[in-house]
Amino acid sequence: MLFLAPWVLISALVVPLAAGLAMIILPAFGYLPVLGGETFHFDAWRALWAYPGLHRSILLSYVSGLITTLVALSVVVLFLAANRGTWLDRSIRRLVSPLLAIPHAAVAFGLAFLIAPSGLFVRWISPGLTGWERPPDVLIVNDPWGLSLMAGLMLKEVPFLLLMCLAALPQLGTEKRLMMARSLGYTPTIAWLKTVLPSLYPLIRLPVYAVIAYATSVVDMALILGPTLPPTLSVSILSWFNDPNLDRRYMASAGAVLQLGVTLAALLTWWLGEQCIRRFSHYWLVNGARKAGSTTIAISGRMLLTTTTLLVISAIGGLVVFSLAGFWRFPDAFPGTFTLDHWQRILPSVITPLMNTLSVGLASTLIAGVLVVATLENAVRHHLPVSRSQWLLYLPLIVPQVAFLFGLVVAAESMRIRPQLALVIVAHLLFVAPYLYLSLSEAYRRLDPRWVQVAHSLGVGPWRAFWQVRLPLLLAPLLTACAVSLAVSISQYLPTLLLGGGRIPTITTEAVAMASGGNRRLIAVLALLQALLPFIGFSLALLIPRWVWAKRRTMQGVV
Amino acid sequence: MNANPRLHIKQLTISLESEMLLAIDRVIPPGDVLTVMGPSGSGKSTLLAYLAGFLSPAFTALGQLYLDEQRLDTLPAEKRGIGLLFQDPLLFPHLSVGGNLRFGLPRQSNDKHRQISHALEQVGLAGFEKRDPATLSGGQKARVALMRLLLSKPQAVLLDEPFSKLDTALRQETRSLVFGQLREAGLPTLLVTHDRADADAAGGPVIELG
Amino acid sequence: MPMNRNSFRATIAMAMMPMAVTAMANPDPNDWQSVTAQAEGQTVYWNAWGGEARTNAYIEWVAQQVDELYGIDLVHVKLGDTSESVSRVLAEKQAGNDDAGSVDMIWINGENFAAMKSSDLLFGPWADSLPHYPLTDPDNTPAVRYDWTIPVDGLESPWSSSQVVFYYDTALVEDLPHNMPELLDWAKQHPGEFTYPQVPNFLGNAFITQALLELVDNTDLFYEPMQTDDFDQATAPLWAYLDELHPQLWRSGRAFPSNSADLRGLMGDSEIGIALSFSATEASGAIANYELPETVRSYVHDSGMIGNMSFMAIPYNAEHKAGAMVVANYLMSPEAQAEKHDPEVWGSGTVLAMEQLTDEERALFDGIDLGIATLPPSELGEVLGQPHPSWVDALADAWQQRYVN
Repeated sequence: MLFLAPWVLISALVVPLAAGLAMIILPAFGYLPVLGGETFHFDAWRALWAYPGLHRSILLSYVSGLITTLVALSVVVLFLAANRGTWLDRSIRRLVSPLLAIPHAAVAFGLAFLIAPSGLFVRWISPGLTGWERPPDVLIVNDPWGLSLMAGLMLKEVPFLLLMCLAALPQLGTEKRLMMARSLGYTPTIAWLKTVLPSLYPLIRLPVYAVIAYATSVVDMALILGPTLPPTLSVSILSWFNDPNLDRRYMASAGAVLQLGVTLAALLTWWLGEQCIRRFSHYWLVNGARKAGSTTIAISGRMLLTTTTLLVISAIGGLVVFSLAGFWRFPDAFPGTFTLDHWQRILPSVITPLMNTLSVGLASTLIAGVLVVATLENAVRHHLPVSRSQWLLYLPLIVPQVAFLFGLVVAAESMRIRPQLALVIVAHLLFVAPYLYLSLSEAYRRLDPRWVQVAHSLGVGPWRAFWQVRLPLLLAPLLTACAVSLAVSISQYLPTLLLGGGRIPTITTEAVAMASGGNRRLIAVLALLQALLPFIGFSLALLIPRWVWAKRRTMQGVV
Repeated sequence: MNANPRLHIKQLTISLESEMLLAIDRVIPPGDVLTVMGPSGSGKSTLLAYLAGFLSPAFTALGQLYLDEQRLDTLPAEKRGIGLLFQDPLLFPHLSVGGNLRFGLPRQSNDKHRQISHALEQVGLAGFEKRDPATLSGGQKARVALMRLLLSKPQAVLLDEPFSKLDTALRQETRSLVFGQLREAGLPTLLVTHDRADADAAGGPVIELG
Repeated sequence: MPMNRNSFRATIAMAMMPMAVTAMANPDPNDWQSVTAQAEGQTVYWNAWGGEARTNAYIEWVAQQVDELYGIDLVHVKLGDTSESVSRVLAEKQAGNDDAGSVDMIWINGENFAAMKSSDLLFGPWADSLPHYPLTDPDNTPAVRYDWTIPVDGLESPWSSSQVVFYYDTALVEDLPHNMPELLDWAKQHPGEFTYPQVPNFLGNAFITQALLELVDNTDLFYEPMQTDDFDQATAPLWAYLDELHPQLWRSGRAFPSNSADLRGLMGDSEIGIALSFSATEASGAIANYELPETVRSYVHDSGMIGNMSFMAIPYNAEHKAGAMVVANYLMSPEAQAEKHDPEVWGSGTVLAMEQLTDEERALFDGIDLGIATLPPSELGEVLGQPHPSWVDALADAWQQRYVN
């Protein structure tokens, strides 16, 4: 049975993806019999190409994806290079991981409220410093360059990349490398950049690619923070799919295929950049410079990460204030009155969505967990190297959601599978499983094989060794991976809406539906509720191992 | 001690990508220690992995392994009845000292509790059942690891440089404890080491690899 | 058990089969007794925009009523955009699901209705057979029979009437404009303090349509399907007007709020002084919600404002058509309409003709306090009809061509 696990896992991810893509490629070339399209042609592509603002949309998606990734990665790398494991560094690190729990949309709302001309920052300094009695007429949120969108994305991707780096670092023997380089006269920061980073990067490459793919095709954040004249490509595609004029479906499908191309182009660009850096960094690595820029890097690394963290925390703080606010006239720094009305209005209606969110999240995490652990266990038992087919697991993260989910609905309907809870769980699995694999595989492979060998040499069979040795030893990383998965499941909007036919309301579909109504106070309540479940998940992932291993000193740290 | 079996490594050759690493053909009688010596890379660990049943499929092994008449090399690791002591004591950090010993006991053992406390007594650790392994000293850990091995009732034992991480004074003491216990149990033992003193203490024949 | 990829998929597919698909003949709307009989025990999935807490609360109230009265389990499928359910029905038709669709009833009008009607995605006619339908006085109320000039043909039942109104903050605005040219003057004197939602949002479309109707003398042709040749000449005054207006708008017209909610938020933050809405009671409701200051009031242009109705439609493949019809009929009842009209509840305009009601039923409406920022019906002025959707589509496309980039 075990040897089938990788195949079950890969087909559970690739088959729906392929079916969805097929159902979107056909209409892109004119074939959609239900609307009378029965021949293949390029009309949709011509219409798409002539669409006002298309070129700018493409450029926005492409550039914002690359820049976001580059900046987020730099922030993480600079921090790690500066990181001396001091109390300050550890507290910064600890603050960052819960940020992963906060859904993209919630961060976007919070950020928009901070930086808008009528936002918290301006309110705090007005009219005292600025003399503004009315908000200044400047374009910050939704700026045409996509800067606020990139800032919002960065706030979310920094914690993700940091967590991935921290998961990969222990296997590199960082301390020894640093000690060796320092004994040769390198400052710690430069030593880290020259001896650890080159080995670290290959290990976090896939997460970086996932970030690029996500950032080039994100929908929810772009709706809130992104430019509007024109919007990013993914937002345009969504609006074409939702256009009352049904003939737009052809163009929407072509757009979805184009989005896939844009994402691939961004990935290719990044890959070329990697090749260049690999070729030309050699000189820098061995040029012997031991100190240059060390202080700047050390300071900026800490500053950048701290700023990121503080921004997210203030954004959440802003949401809390707004969820309790009565009317709040500009430029008052705080609302004139506070009220619990908004919470009282929302709470009674979110019980079912919360239960749905929880059951979909737990079920998809459980299934993904079993499949991923079985796949990894199979690989470890048979000493399989990290295979190329691993790339297949990440396809759902790299293919933009808008490019295949609409097609997947048609595919499911064709198989007479009706929208229901089980279908939503399967759809979530597409995104939950890759993230679970991403967050667990390093720890799983890294676990000292001698633990299980000792068990075998004591006459204990593979299954008992699995349950009694490997799983307990991996409890902490396993729970963290599950918390990541749960957070991923909770934040899914399109898969829940489309595959559930809207019948499975979750806290996220409620939040997005409510967002369309624009009552910021109610949005704040829902965004906070949306952040609550993943936050509980991450807290449990942190607390359970501490509680279970309260009397086992070694297990308190990382195994 | 005629009841105890002997370990027979029969015409074994191990190679990696058609390059031969080692060849060995030996019988280890009950209670005897065969010492294998050699520098790093000479194939010591590969030999151990083969005997214990953990050899990576990248290697090709020809030959057989017998415990008396029973063929072992076709069995999975946990069915071979070959116990293993590593360089590190590898006490499971998630189990108590008692839990580690209990983990080694065969499922159907009678009166596990008494067996465990007796084993701890034997190595001067009476009453340590509830202790967290992390609170033990290096020598104490080594002793618990040894007793865990013996409680699992192995038919043969492999030692992978088990004393190399102990300081000199402790090494002497642990050596005599380990070899004493193994001899008393009458188990055929294979010791892998690069320390001549280990070989001398073991007192058996020595093979040099590499 | 050995499992290959196919058997795995088959197992999943089996696990997902609905318990029992009972193929039911479409109910006959003229036999109301059998419709209500069939409706009992059905679960009706009502796809309706879910962006407003008060609307959601009202739908919740309706669900309780129809459960008590008819034994119907009404489920509100909350949409961010009505077209999401159009997509759903389309996908089901594409996949050949013609009898067990997941959408039973849609809150719809205008372009979405036109699209579904022309693509044969709707069930009917049924609406004009509903017992409460005559209360709307259809013979004398064209708005009930034509949805954006498209004949309704009994494919949707009226639910709500609405009209565009402007609202403003009396603390910031003194001199109110009463027509489009005056609005332009006002914007020039107060640069950055007016804007409208980005076309093709329905409120954005409504604003440019309102401007078109005010700026062009003879508006008859806009109520016929558009002929391409007419477009440039007929709409030239609109573009001249917008070209002049946009530099004066909020953010100099380089960005637009995405919908009426965003627009309201800008008003709440005092970024703008004049905004517009498709609901006469929105301002009052938003004051009660703490979103707008208490100094906000509504007003309309002298020539009248665009208005329309929204409806309930049933997709051709809906699984629970009888239940949907019973709910749609209940939604037109005087109790349900009066409840909806109350700004404390929602404050949405009724579709009933008062003279068709009994005194008792009329009394339900008379006692309602419409709220501080709501114009009484007598001051709302003339209702301008929605032009044909082909014009609105073409206007939206032309707007994109002109102002995006």
